[in-house]
Amino acid sequence: MLKSITSKTNKIRMTTLAIAALLATGAQAASITGAGSSFVYPVLSKWSAAFHDKTGNEVNYQSIGSGGGIAQIKAATVDFGASDAPLKAEDLKHFGLGQFPSVVGGIVPIVHVAGVKPGQLRLTGNVLAEIYLGNIKTWNDPQIAQLNPGLALPATQITVVHRADGSGTSFNFTSYLSKVNKNWQSKVGFSTSPSWPAGIGGKGNDGVAAFVRQANNTIGYVEYAYALQNHLSYTQLQNASGNWLQPGADAFAAAAATADWKSAKDFNLIMTNAPGPQAWPITATTWIIMYKKPKNAANSKVAFDFFKWSLEQGQSQAEQLAYVPLPPALVAQIEAYWKSDFKN
Amino acid sequence: MTISPEPTSAASTAASPIGVRSVDVGSGRDARNDALFRRAMFACALLVLLALAGAAGATLWGGRQALGTFGWHFFTSTTWDVNAGQFGALVPIIGTLVTALIAILVAVPVSFGIAMFLTDVAPQWMRAPIGTAIELLAGIPSIIYGMWGFFVFVPIMSTYIQPWLIAHLGDGTDDAGKATGLGLSVFSGAPIGVGIFTAGIVLAVMIIPFISSVMREVFLTVPTRLKESAYALGSTRWEVLWDIVLPYTRTAVIGGVFLGLGRALGETMAVTFVIGNSHDLSASLMMPGTSIAATIANEFNEASGDLHRSALIALAFVLFLVTFVVLAIAKLMLRQLAKREGGK
Repeated sequence: MLKSITSKTNKIRMTTLAIAALLATGAQAASITGAGSSFVYPVLSKWSAAFHDKTGNEVNYQSIGSGGGIAQIKAATVDFGASDAPLKAEDLKHFGLGQFPSVVGGIVPIVHVAGVKPGQLRLTGNVLAEIYLGNIKTWNDPQIAQLNPGLALPATQITVVHRADGSGTSFNFTSYLSKVNKNWQSKVGFSTSPSWPAGIGGKGNDGVAAFVRQANNTIGYVEYAYALQNHLSYTQLQNASGNWLQPGADAFAAAAATADWKSAKDFNLIMTNAPGPQAWPITATTWIIMYKKPKNAANSKVAFDFFKWSLEQGQSQAEQLAYVPLPPALVAQIEAYWKSDFKN
Repeated sequence: MTISPEPTSAASTAASPIGVRSVDVGSGRDARNDALFRRAMFACALLVLLALAGAAGATLWGGRQALGTFGWHFFTSTTWDVNAGQFGALVPIIGTLVTALIAILVAVPVSFGIAMFLTDVAPQWMRAPIGTAIELLAGIPSIIYGMWGFFVFVPIMSTYIQPWLIAHLGDGTDDAGKATGLGLSVFSGAPIGVGIFTAGIVLAVMIIPFISSVMREVFLTVPTRLKESAYALGSTRWEVLWDIVLPYTRTAVIGGVFLGLGRALGETMAVTFVIGNSHDLSASLMMPGTSIAATIANEFNEASGDLHRSALIALAFVLFLVTFVVLAIAKLMLRQLAKREGGK
């Protein structure tokens, strides 16, 4: 009696084990890791959830900042890094890395001035740079008034708000100011953490948005999504071809489409001040950085599957989060780059 | 469990049944256990020293690149330019010291009043609840003070307090452009809400619970006999406090003040929210600045390059030095006081 029971339990145990083993070999779910830019974090986490539902593979992304992402991929502790500033050709070569854009987003100046509604105030890049240089000090300065006839602007001091932490948003913003203002280029230049000539610092996009929402007579710059979420007054900008534009998906897409990707080796191109007639002048992308000869071939394959899927099918989810899909020509160029430059 | 007059360990007491144990064996064991106990205590104390030396050594080692590159200039230069690779710690050092000084100047008299009220003036039923409330305040995490500072206190500063200070003490002018204030440069500038002054006040609010609860505890230790004798001789409340209570508790009160000062010097999150995070040196307390802890919190994640990271770690070492120097001065002051007492 007792014997038969034990043999029965043994049998059950054996079958369970066998089934478990079968299941394990059947699913083969991989888990890959990435780290870097906080700019792409919202869309990457949305993509990875959808990708997990579809394939069972997990993509863990830590938004530790572009600098951290570059350091981690150089140390090969992650399967991919993400950076808001492209790596230089010699860096890529030295570490055997390749990079490609993942998604496009826009950066918008935001203001908090009594009586100024979203999309109402007009600024040129040059005036924006002069404000950030501290040369234009009040809202009723002739240089601003001239661009905004019919808009009553107060005689109050402008408080400039910038990022206190190093950031890809600052990188693209100052890249634009450097392209449109000689003074800015020689005095400040562009960098993830420039030496700001004026103003106060907020930590993160949310820090800058919170400050501008909070205090009167402020100007700041954030990713478009943050301006929308916080109901902040973004401004119009005059682009490289002289047109006045409202920020928005079409204007960001136009910038991505008219940027000269074809002649940019390893996609090393900053999209600011793009030439298209409808192109928003401060448009940015985040680069995904991976090893050309993968350190872990299986993980690397999953990563490519993930990015292929996200570039081809994940872009509608990007749109929901106020990012802009990459133009089809650029996607084709990226896929060709994968074939030619990456060994898989 | 028996209580033995000598500090014997529980294990040895349990192992030898009482009454059987001979006096000689017992005293030998006691001596050994005593030595063991002394060594254990010494190891505990040593751990503190090791942790201190380890932290100081690690920050010094991590900051060696910056300290080696800039030498003394690191402490005297106001330039903090990530792009140019120039790092000087003077602005954060001054910001740290000035905010802590403002905090102490505000917090000490207020805490004094609170402690005095709770020990001598308040009706009995009120003392315990308010005392508990103060201890609860001391336990609130600093991020909450930061959020309160940013969302509640900063608007109050920028709409009421700063405009008044600028108009009456600073460089305020009336509509005709005539100066209305005293023209003091420390109170000049624009009322932007955040800045050194605001950070100092928020820090004061944070350290008041610490200082006042220490003061309250020590004021309670003053013998009632002493106070009542003074009252009997016709002293006012103020005279009793100033001539009886304070001299009796001076050392402990100063200890409490320096406990608060230590917290103010190293406070990070609350300061980062309200100090403005700007590396410009300004004579005005109304203007944004930065502190050592705030700079590290803002920039460490996205530090670009080894020198920047090293400069931030060197800043941590500087914070060590600043705290050490301030506490050393406190000790010297105490000794001076004690000497004067002796000379009387």
